This record gives sequence, C-alpha cells and structure tokens, in this order.
Amino acid sequence: MYTSLNAAITDAEARGLRLSELALEAESLDQGRAVADIRDALGRALAVMREAVARGAAGDLRSASGLVGGDAAKLRDGPAGPLSGTPFRDVLMRALAVQEVNAAMGVIVAAPTAGGAGVLPAVLTGLADARGLSDDKLIDALATAGLIGAVIAERASLSGAEGGCQAETGAAAGMAAGAAVEMLGGTPSQCGHAVALAQQGTLGLVCDPLGGLVELPCVFRNATGSAIALAAIEMALAGIEFAIPADEVIDTMGQIGREMDVRYRETAGGGLAATPTGRRLARERLYQLKRQ
Amino acid sequence: MVSILDIIGPVMVGPSSSHTAGACRLGLLARNLVGGTPQRARIELHGSFARTGEGHGTDKAIAGGLLGFRPDDDRLRTALEIAEREGLDYAFEKTKLGEENEVHPNSVRITVERDGRSSVMVGSSIGAGRILVNEIDGFPVEVHADHHTIVLVAEDIRGSIARITTLLADDGVNIATIRVSRRRRGGDAFMVIELDEPPGDNVRDHIRALDWVRWAFALEKVNA
Repeated sequence: MYTSLNAAITDAEARGLRLSELALEAESLDQGRAVADIRDALGRALAVMREAVARGAAGDLRSASGLVGGDAAKLRDGPAGPLSGTPFRDVLMRALAVQEVNAAMGVIVAAPTAGGAGVLPAVLTGLADARGLSDDKLIDALATAGLIGAVIAERASLSGAEGGCQAETGAAAGMAAGAAVEMLGGTPSQCGHAVALAQQGTLGLVCDPLGGLVELPCVFRNATGSAIALAAIEMALAGIEFAIPADEVIDTMGQIGREMDVRYRETAGGGLAATPTGRRLARERLYQLKRQ
Repeated sequence: MVSILDIIGPVMVGPSSSHTAGACRLGLLARNLVGGTPQRARIELHGSFARTGEGHGTDKAIAGGLLGFRPDDDRLRTALEIAEREGLDYAFEKTKLGEENEVHPNSVRITVERDGRSSVMVGSSIGAGRILVNEIDGFPVEVHADHHTIVLVAEDIRGSIARITTLLADDGVNIATIRVSRRRRGGDAFMVIELDEPPGDNVRDHIRALDWVRWAFALEKVNA
C-alpha cells in the first residue's frame, strides 16, 4: 500500500487512473486477493454503515451511561435551521446517528476507528444519496478513503491515545474529504488538496472524552468533523489549492500528536473531561455504570 | 503493511476500536496460548487501558476474547456475565508495565491458565483495532496476529531455519514473512513466522518435538 499520498497522486495522474483504482490494485497485490473480492468486503462494510445510520436515526438509543442518544433524531425531525433541507444537515444527522449506535455498544464499521466512525458514512452516503450515486461509486470512495487512511496510519497515527482526536475524527475528515472529491468527479490532485484542507482544520484537536467514555464530545466531534470535510470538499472542487502538500500536513499531525501531553490523549485527564461539569457527569455516570 | 480493509474496518461492537475491538483481539490471542477458554485469567491493565478501560468496555472485550468471541459479536456486551456462567475465573488489576514513553498507552499483561498449563503475554492495542504482542512467557516477540503465526525459541544451531521451513512446506503452508534474531552467537534464536494458511496441529507438535526447540506456539490469525 502507498505510504505517500503525493506518490499515489503522481502515479494516478501519470497512468490516467483514479485513486480508488490504484488503491484496489495495490491492495490486491499486497494481500493476494482479487479486486472483486476486496470490493465485496467494502460492500459489506457499506451495508453495515447504512444499517448504523438507519438504526441511529430512529432516535430510541441511549448509551450505557445515558450521556448521549436521541440527538440524530432532532436533526431529522426537530426545528428547522438555516441549512434545513440541504445535504449539510442530513450529513450531520447521519454522523450523530452512527456515533449514537457506537456509544450504545451497537455494531459499526471502525473507519478508521470506532470513535471516528460517523464521519465516513455520513459524508459519503449523505452526498451520494443527495446526488443519486450508485453503491459502486460508494465502494470506490471507500477504497480511496482506505488508501488515505493507510497513508495516515504509516506517517502519523489513527489512535486518539497516541495522537489525540486529530488522529481520529481529524483523520476521518481527511479520508472522507479526499474520497468524496473523487466520487464527485474531482481529479487525484484535487483529492490531495481536499485531504490537506480537511486536516489543516483539525490539527491540534485533543481527545478528551468525559470519564473516558467514547460519548462526549466524541459523538458531536463526528458531526463537526463531517462539517470540516464538507468545507474541504467544497473548496477543493472549486479549484482551491492548499500550499502545504497533504503528506506534510499528515506528518505535522503526527508530530503534534507525539508532542501532545498525555492528558489530551484519551486519558480523560484534560480538556472537556477535566471541566467541573465534565468531572461531575463522569463521576455520576460511572457510578451508575458500576451499579448496573 | 497496512491493508485498506483494516482501515475501513473492522465491523465491530462499539464504542472504541482500540479499547474494545483491539482489546477483544488481545483476549483471543491469549486464549490461543492455552488452546481454548482459560479457567483462570489475570488481566493487568496499563496506561489508558487502566484509566479509561471500564468506560470503554475493555474488561468486557478482553473477557469476550478469552471466551472466543470476535469483535463483531453482540455477546461482548454481556461477556462478564457469560464468563461467570461458563466458569472463567477472571481478575482485573491496574498496573504500570513501564514508563509512559516506553510502553504503549493501551497495553495489558494477560496470564491464562487451563488444565494445568499457564502462559503470560504482554500486548498493546496500537490503533484502529490493530494489535501488537511484544512478549510471550518472558520472550520478546512481535506478533500482529493479522497472519497465522508461529513463534519459537530455539538453540542457535546450523540448519534450524531450514528444518522449520521444511516442516511448513511439507504441511503445504506458505510463509508470508519470517524474522529471525538472536541475543548472541550460540544463544537463544527467536523466530516469528507469519503464514498465509493455518498450520496443522501436527506441525506445531513436530516443531515442539525437535530437541533443540525450547518453546513454540502456533497462534491463530485474529484480525478481520
């Protein structure tokens, strides 16, 4: 698999291929699996993603602690905002839905992780459904997202405990942005700019879950991460170029993660987890968990 | 090498790929060491596993792995109750396996016992559900468990690699990677052999029967 997005983009443009084609070709060679077989596996992941969106949108789930649940349904049925009726609101709803399923110990696709699992299904299925695109296009998009994620895994990290939330919802935003740009007809180079534009917006983002639960703020970070991905997609497709190449933005994310204090890496020792309300809620809810 | 299916996956029970799915896989691997569900397990959690494991269901996930449940198995949610019902006597403790910058934050030492056999492993959940086992029974290893893996410690003698690879070839399994190291000339030689297919039980037994092999395990692939 590629360890440089710039190398993948150069190869793709030289050979007149899309990043998804390169990703499937490299995966097939690496793993000794037929491309059709890999596409089937991605198709199964897509089906689980769609089920999670539908399950969470129903609005009747609560996490074990009771801290999260039911908010996706508010975006679906609640009072209108300035973006009602647009794909933007629908994408936010889907991101919350998947994360509410995750927090309730339901079945999701960790893409790239469970804590960031809402972004890819929200952005990709939300935009594909708005445009009436086929599942084949979505499977291509997942392959591209996988290539971008593999590069991030090699050059930086996909773990909140290692790199903070920039390595989870931040990485997911980059993956979703690059994949969606290809799905919507962008060039490989535009995909690279979309990754860079999304990830520059999440640099430094800490992982600070209340009580260590993947609930607050994780559920909402998936919505805001999706919003950053949408911004990056819109800018990249408009022809905006980000001066720092995606690889260097990813390297920067890795460097910031290595320098990030342990309190901001999933330990619940800092950030929102350490606020008076954060500590109180964690204390009350964890106590409840122990009594169950 | 990273697979796009590791990135777009695994399909898993939430809420955390490192603290739930990765933890489950570490439990599955520990189960391998005693050839089935242990009767007793001591689970020592380090770092973020110790600090936030409870909220992430890390305890349920490791116990579920020890019971043979995979990361997408709905039963993980109630694995502690099932463990009690099925006679898995488990104990969780918090520990410090080393300094913050030397040991991965999501690490665990698992000691398992079954039918008079016992084994201990140290492993980490390194992100996105991927795992790395660094130590088995005190021997340093490097097992990712995304292949079927044979680990062994042998005397550093001529022809040892050829003998082992011949046994594997005769069994019809293909070697994906092989890493050999030793502490000093004539000292212990370590081999970690990743395979494309699961080896037969007879292969492990044949390897163990070699009088210059001190210790060997065949570990199942536990990644999706």
